[in-house]
Amino acid sequence: MTELVIIGGGPAGMSAAVAAYDSGIRDILILERDASLGGILQQCIHNGFGLHKFGEELTGPEYAWRYEVQVKKRNIPVKLNTMVLDITEDKVITATNSEDGVFQIQAKAIILAMGCRERAKGALNIAGSRPAGIYSAGTAQKFVNIKGYMPGKNVVILGSGDIGLIMARRMTLEGAKVHAVCELMPYSGGLARNIEQCLNDFDIPLKLSHTVVEIHGRERVEGVTIAQVDENRKPIPETREYIPCDTLLLSVGLIPENELSKSAGVALSGITSGAMVDQDRQTSVEGIFSCGNVLHVHDLVDFVSEEAEIAGKSAAAYIRGEGGEPVCVQLKTDGKIRYTVPQKITRAKDVTVYFRVADVYKNVKVCVMREDEIVYTKKRPKVAPGEMESIVLKKELFDGAEELNFVLEEA
Amino acid sequence: MYDVAIIGAGVVGAMIARSLSRYDVTVCVVDKEHDVAMGATKANSAIVHAGFDAECGTLKALLNVRGAKMMGALCEELGVKYRNNGSMVIGFDEEDRKTLQILLERGIQNGVEDLGIVEGKELKELEPNLSDRVQCALYAPTAGIVCPYELTVAAMGNAMDNGADLRLGFSVEKIESTDEGYVLSCGDERIVSRIVINAAGLYADKIAQMVGDDTFHIHPRRGEYILLDKECGNLVSHTIFRTPSKMGKGILVTPTVDGNLLLGPTSVDMEDKEDKCTTAEGFSKIIAEACENVDGIPMGKTITSFCGLRATGSTGDFIITAPRKGFIHVAGIESPGLSASPAIAEYVCDMLKKEMTLTEKSDFCAKRAPMHAFREMSIQQKNEVIKKDPAYGKIICRCEMVTEGEILAAIRTNPKPHDLDGVKRRTRAQMGRCQGGFCSPYIVELLANEMNVPYESVTKSGGTSIINIGKTKEVLS
Repeated sequence: MTELVIIGGGPAGMSAAVAAYDSGIRDILILERDASLGGILQQCIHNGFGLHKFGEELTGPEYAWRYEVQVKKRNIPVKLNTMVLDITEDKVITATNSEDGVFQIQAKAIILAMGCRERAKGALNIAGSRPAGIYSAGTAQKFVNIKGYMPGKNVVILGSGDIGLIMARRMTLEGAKVHAVCELMPYSGGLARNIEQCLNDFDIPLKLSHTVVEIHGRERVEGVTIAQVDENRKPIPETREYIPCDTLLLSVGLIPENELSKSAGVALSGITSGAMVDQDRQTSVEGIFSCGNVLHVHDLVDFVSEEAEIAGKSAAAYIRGEGGEPVCVQLKTDGKIRYTVPQKITRAKDVTVYFRVADVYKNVKVCVMREDEIVYTKKRPKVAPGEMESIVLKKELFDGAEELNFVLEEA
Repeated sequence: MYDVAIIGAGVVGAMIARSLSRYDVTVCVVDKEHDVAMGATKANSAIVHAGFDAECGTLKALLNVRGAKMMGALCEELGVKYRNNGSMVIGFDEEDRKTLQILLERGIQNGVEDLGIVEGKELKELEPNLSDRVQCALYAPTAGIVCPYELTVAAMGNAMDNGADLRLGFSVEKIESTDEGYVLSCGDERIVSRIVINAAGLYADKIAQMVGDDTFHIHPRRGEYILLDKECGNLVSHTIFRTPSKMGKGILVTPTVDGNLLLGPTSVDMEDKEDKCTTAEGFSKIIAEACENVDGIPMGKTITSFCGLRATGSTGDFIITAPRKGFIHVAGIESPGLSASPAIAEYVCDMLKKEMTLTEKSDFCAKRAPMHAFREMSIQQKNEVIKKDPAYGKIICRCEMVTEGEILAAIRTNPKPHDLDGVKRRTRAQMGRCQGGFCSPYIVELLANEMNVPYESVTKSGGTSIINIGKTKEVLS
C-alpha cells in the first residue's frame, strides 16, 4: 500500500507531490513515463512561464527545474521511464518499466496528472494526399528543440493554438519561412501576447476564418490549398488559394489524456474531456484526484501549478480522513460560459472557480445566479476562449444553495 | 537464376510466394515500392467475404468461397489476427429484400454455408445499433475480418524464412524472353527466371504488355475510408454492408481486427494509378451513408482517413491465365481478392504443377512466430518477455501500448521495414489516436540506429518522404 501515487511528473504532478508532502504526507510515489521529470515543459524552451507564480519570466525547463528541485529536496520517490497501463476503481495501479517489469501498487489516494495530447491531422478529414511533412506543432517542437532537427523550411500552420504560435516564431528563428497561420474560427485560440510576440513581431500573417482544404504532394508536402470559411465554417470555393510549402504544422486543439481515468471509472465532462471534479479536484471516484491539463486544458502553467497544489493538499486531507462541513452545490453554465472547474462544490469553504467562454465577448459581466437572484458580478472589458477566467466564490454565497448558475451578460 | 519470379509484393504475390516456398524451387518476389503491401493491399476494407457477391461459375466466386474457408487456419499458422465476426447485408425496403433473396440464392449456389435472412427481434439482438430503418439483413456467419498488410507481411516473412528472396525498389521496366528464361530489368539490374508470375496489381496490364499481351487492362478505382478510435470498435460486431444497387455496393461499417471502427469505401473510377487523394465529397458520402446504416457513430472520434486504389480488370472477373509458356497473369484482383488470396495461391500452384515438378521440401516451416504484441499479453507473459529483453518494458507508443522491444523486433524481422510507415504497419506504433505525435521522434531514432543511417535520412514512406530536412543551425544557416 502506498498512501499517494501521482501519475505524471510534469508541472501538475510535481506541484501536487510537493503540496501533499508539505501537508504532511510522506509515503508518495510519482510515476513518470519519460526519462526525466518536467513533462512537456522540457521542450518549451521559450520564456513567459512563471509570471504569476514567481513574478519573473522563466523558460519551460527553468520553470520545471524549480519544481524538480523541490521534489528532490523532499526526497519524494520517482519512477522514471514508467508507463501506467491501468488503474482500477479500487485504486490498484498497474505499471511497467524495464527494471521492475510489470508491477502493481495499491494506493490509498491517486492524483491523475497525465497532461494532454494534440489533436492530430487525421481527426480533421483534410482532403488530398498523405505525404511526409505534416506534424502537430508539439511534435515539430520536439524535433527542433530536443532532437535538434528541422522538419522543413517552408511552413504553413493550421490552427492558432499557443503551441502553433510559439512554433511559428521558433521555425522563423531557425531560418524557416512561415507563410501563414490559418485559423478556422474568427478569433485565435491562443493568448493575445503570443499573437503579438510570435506572429506580429515577425510579420507572419494570421488568417482568421481560414482553413486548409487540401494537401498536395505524393512523398513530401509540396503545397496546401487554403480557403476562407463562411459563418458555418464551410470553405468558400472562390477563395481557394494555393500556397507552396514543404511543411504543414497543426495546432488545432489539445485533448486531455484520460484513457487511464476511464479505466478507473472516473466520470468525464463532455465539454472539457477531463474529469468532473469538486473544489478539491476530487473526481467521481473517492480518493482519485485530477489536476493540470488532464483535467482541463490550461493556457498558463502557473495555473496548472496552483490547481495541482489544491489537488495535493486535498489528497493529503483525504488520506488523513479530514473533511469539512459537507454541502452539495452544482455549478451550471449558460453556454456562453462553456464550463467551470470545479463543476460542483462539496465543502463549505471559499472556492476559486475557473471558467472559459465560448466566443469573444466585449463589455460583459460575469454573473453568478442563485435561482433568479444575482449573487455576484464581475465586469470584464473582453473575454475570449483562449484565456481562462476565474472568480472567487465566498462560501456565504452558496450557503444552503443546491445550484449556482454562471451566466455572461452585457455590462 | 530463379525458378519463379513474382512481380508484385501485395497480398497475392506474397501468398503465392509463401505457397511456393513449400516446394523445392527458388523464388524471388520483386516490387517497385520500398515495402511489401504498398498497393491495393494497403488500403481496403480488410474483409474476408463469405462469397455470395460474385456470379456463380466465376473465378471470383470459386476462389472467394475457397479462400474464406482457408483463411482462419492460415492466419493461425502465420500468427496473424483473424476474427470470424460474420457479416450482414442490410435492407431498408422491399426492393432491397428482393435483392437480398437473390444474393442468398447465389450464395447457396456458390457454396457459402449457413446463409440466411434475419429480421425483427433476431436482427436487433444480433446487431443492436443498426438503424431502426433497417428491415432485414442477409446474415453470413462465415465472413470475417483480417488486417491485409499484417497478413501480407507475415506471408512474405514466412516465405523468406523458407528461402524466398525479396527485391524491393525493383520496378520492372522490360521483360525479355531468352533461352535461359525471362529476363526482368530494372535499370542495370537483371533478374532471370524460368517462370514469371504477374501479380503487379494496378500495373498488371503494363507488365502483360511487356510480353506482348494487351488482352486486358487495369484501371484504378478509388476507395476512401474513415477510421475511428478503438473506443468505437464495439459499436457493431458484424461487418455491415448495404444492399448493392446500380450505384454500387455502398458504404460499409465494420470493426477491424485491431478494434477500430472502419467506414467506407467510396467507389470512383480514376485515370491516374498513383492518385491516392481523399476528397471532401468522399468524406461527405461516407459519413452520410454510414450514419444511415448504424446509429450513434461518433464521428468526433475519427483518427484518420485514407484512400486506396482497387485494381479493376476489364473482364469483370479475376484474370488468372497463362498467355504463353512460363508466364502467368494473376490480374484484376479486386474485391474479393483479399478473401480469395489463399485460394488464388493454391490455384496458381496447381497451374505451375503442369509446367514444372513441385517437390515438397523436408524443412518447410509453415509456422511463423507471431510478433509479441505486448498489449495482448497477461502480466506474467509481459514479465517473462521483459526479463529476457528489458526493451519490452519500455512503452514507445502510448496510444497502442507498443514497446521498444516490439519495434526493434519488427525492424529486425523479415520483411524488414525501412521507414516510419513500415514500422507502423508491423507494430501499430503511430496508429492510435495521436497518430504518432508523441512516438514518431523516438521511432525515427530507433530506425536510424538500427539501419545505421543519419537521423535526418529516415523517411515516412521511402523515396523523398523525409521527416526532417537536416540539423538545426546547419541546414538553413
